[in-house]
Amino acid sequence: MLDRKDLLGLEGVGREEILEILDTAKGFVDIPQRTVKKVPALRGFTVVNAFYESSTRTRTSFEIAAKRLSADTINFAASSSSVSKGETLLDTAKNLMAMAPDCIILRHQLSGAAHFLSTQVTCHVVNAGDGTHEHPTQGLLDAFTIREKKGAFEGLKVTIVGDILHSRVARSNIHGLSTLGANVTLCAPPTLIPVAVERLGVRVEHSLDRAVAGADVVMALRVQKERMEGGYFPSPQEYFELYGLTNARMKGADRECIVMHPGPMNRGLEIASEVADGPRSVILEQVSNGVAVRMAVLYLLVVGRKTRETAD
Amino acid sequence: MPMKPKKKLLDEAAVARTVHRIASQILEHHPDPATLALVGVHTRGVPLAKRIVKVLESLGAKKVPVGALDITLYRDDLTTIAANPVVKETTLGFSVDGRMVVLVDDVLFTGRTTRAALDALLDWGRPARIQLAVLVDRGHRELPIQADYTGKIVPTTREENVEVRLKEIDGEDAIWVMERDHA
Amino acid sequence: MKLLIKNGRVVDPVQGIDDTLDLLVEDGRIARMGERLAEKGAEVLDCVGLVVCPGFIDMHVHLREPGYEYKETILTGTRAAVAGGFTAVACMPNTDPPCDNEAVVRFILKKAQEAGYARVLPVGCVTKGRRGAELAELGSMAASGAVAFSDDGSCVFNPILMRRALEYSRGLQRPILQHAEDPALFSNGQVHEGLVSTRLGLKGIPSACESSVAGRDIELAALTGGGLHLCHLSTAASMDHIRRAKAAGLAVTCEATPHHLLLTEEAVGAYDTRMKVNPPLRTEADRRALLAAVVDGTVDCIATDHAPHHPDEKEIEFGLAAFGMVGLETAVPAMLDLLVKSKLVPMSRFVELFAANPARILGLPSGTLKKDAEADITILSLKHSTAVAPDKFHTMGRNTPFQGRRFAGRVERTLVAGHTCYAAGKAPEPRPR
Repeated sequence: MLDRKDLLGLEGVGREEILEILDTAKGFVDIPQRTVKKVPALRGFTVVNAFYESSTRTRTSFEIAAKRLSADTINFAASSSSVSKGETLLDTAKNLMAMAPDCIILRHQLSGAAHFLSTQVTCHVVNAGDGTHEHPTQGLLDAFTIREKKGAFEGLKVTIVGDILHSRVARSNIHGLSTLGANVTLCAPPTLIPVAVERLGVRVEHSLDRAVAGADVVMALRVQKERMEGGYFPSPQEYFELYGLTNARMKGADRECIVMHPGPMNRGLEIASEVADGPRSVILEQVSNGVAVRMAVLYLLVVGRKTRETAD
Repeated sequence: MPMKPKKKLLDEAAVARTVHRIASQILEHHPDPATLALVGVHTRGVPLAKRIVKVLESLGAKKVPVGALDITLYRDDLTTIAANPVVKETTLGFSVDGRMVVLVDDVLFTGRTTRAALDALLDWGRPARIQLAVLVDRGHRELPIQADYTGKIVPTTREENVEVRLKEIDGEDAIWVMERDHA
Repeated sequence: MKLLIKNGRVVDPVQGIDDTLDLLVEDGRIARMGERLAEKGAEVLDCVGLVVCPGFIDMHVHLREPGYEYKETILTGTRAAVAGGFTAVACMPNTDPPCDNEAVVRFILKKAQEAGYARVLPVGCVTKGRRGAELAELGSMAASGAVAFSDDGSCVFNPILMRRALEYSRGLQRPILQHAEDPALFSNGQVHEGLVSTRLGLKGIPSACESSVAGRDIELAALTGGGLHLCHLSTAASMDHIRRAKAAGLAVTCEATPHHLLLTEEAVGAYDTRMKVNPPLRTEADRRALLAAVVDGTVDCIATDHAPHHPDEKEIEFGLAAFGMVGLETAVPAMLDLLVKSKLVPMSRFVELFAANPARILGLPSGTLKKDAEADITILSLKHSTAVAPDKFHTMGRNTPFQGRRFAGRVERTLVAGHTCYAAGKAPEPRPR
């Protein structure tokens, strides 16, 4: 049973909790096919989207999720708010609380911002990505997509390729998929692998061919161009040469291997179009599953918890 | 509150007869079953709907589509009930627009489940007509809702419970009246 | 005015004393030490069951004045010092304006005099404006009372500048207190680079950020013969460097902080900004190496790096929170608990760490209870314990990592120039003018 006030990360979230979210999300997948694309479960609840970092796709996904649950949504973007006038997250949080929201969805450029917010507000907090820490709903939607395609996680070989060091998606997937029983391999040049990451129970591989060999799932991560200036790798050409996903490099993977990417993609840097648009790609399914998974998270946190609070 | 069995109302054969009778009545009302569809309400309405369709087809109706409806998200007690209800999949597999839809549930009690089922169903489209079939009507309505097809009317007290057991889920076919177990 | 301190266990490693003795203080100086002393007209202070030590010196404190009086003032900082058992504190020059000229040195000394609690030993900047470009006027600051030089908070990273600083200060017989940190390796680091930085997605500060500069500076100390003291060392690799330097007979000394001896990166937990400090809390292996170095003499002294901050600078996102912890009022009990109660070091070594060695490094005549020495005295109880309660602190900073902990050992009394500035359970009192 998902029994927590907030979803700040997948680290420490148990297998049963994750599976409950995925099972619940399954019940939400069909909603876009209905004439009325919403259910009344969160009618009368208010969900605030507080985005301190612009991210159209994640914000939209959360907004659609909340709206399909009939919640009232308020969008709060840093650029158009008092944040640009120097207001701190703490003050913003206090002001938001004065408006009595039931849930705040926070995207922030600093790791730990969601943890901080959760200690300052009484409503639920969902981390929609904090710095280079975690992006738990992305991890969940990736797990959901993998389960749809593969059925189960035990013994599944999942390879994550790319800028692990700066990736909150990677961290959430490492925790989530390991908890679910998958064998996770990370692949990147050593400059983009965080220190001591093997101690989180993953394998680290610097050769893409070895990392991809026999993989059931290959997930490419976005490489941010500004990393190049940090000297993490010499050139985009060399990166693509060594770590870019192409049909040729995918040959060693399992025949049924799927390819994932959290988006937005750099075609020709971490992934070739032939792979991104190819038959193994489930990238667009990830996007549509994102809404169902986020609905499940909102539903379980906001309503699920409320039901227990008033139980006796 | 733990409950214990008080009285068996219907046994396996009686359940089968009741299902058969409901199917016959549906056919009487829908001499042309081409636009007919049955939708079971999770959990026990789903196998019941399938059984009724089987009988309908044995009585000569052509393929009648059958769907499953989860009403969890439409409940009016979401914020007050004790357990976090599990959301199940809704699988209709057909368009409800213009259809004659028969909702199927095991027990009709307060009417609130049916109200939620109506709302849920209407979010899928605009059926020509919706009817309600239940195996047991135990009274105590809290909303102005009545069944079109009723297997058995069972007068109960509020403290009692009616439990429908179906082979697909519970391993037996039976209907029990349950009472509070004070032991 | 005479004070007779009777029946205490007097520990003075400079004189090789650890015995039950009486101590006579006259006119703010040590007049006599001996068994069963009697003195007509003297106030008697019975110290049976207590440990009487030369006054403790914290050679690494941020008093924040001038410029950051909302964090701490010389008054509140020196009150906290005596409450924590320190009779003198060396204050770091990263103020605003920075202490890079004799006017600021004099200002600090004047404020400390007015406050009347612990003595204040100003540390001057190595470079003008702490900018790391050109030497500050070290000579005139030394003449005005600066006891050492440091750009603490920043490293003197330019090797030719560090070389000149060590050379020049050698002539002034003042050490350079180096904050060893490679700015490029530090980058925008938040916590130790390791499992915790990886898990929390915080930029890590590798151990080599400190030890590489420590190693280089030891080479420069060998080259110049200058007095090098390495501040708040935190890594096992730095300890290895110091050990080699000492074996080679170099005039290199170093300090360790209570927080690095007691805490590791794990304490950061879920972004606890109270645990954000620079250098960062390291691994358990580093902590153990530091502790071993304290025991075997590689580490010369314990210093707090007392760094008070306003709550607004700590109760924010981890990445924006200020580095630093307060330490003046917890260091002595915390270290009594860690080092003495556990019998890791004898009491005489403890007094070296807190009094004799800081005095030696800074070239001060204090740190001992010799006849005619100033009667700066710290009296400890090993029978009582100290509960850490930030709301009762005398410092303005509440940013302690030890909130709620209880340490075995207590500061009973702190005397500066023979006057009781602090007695357990009472508010600190200034010396009479």
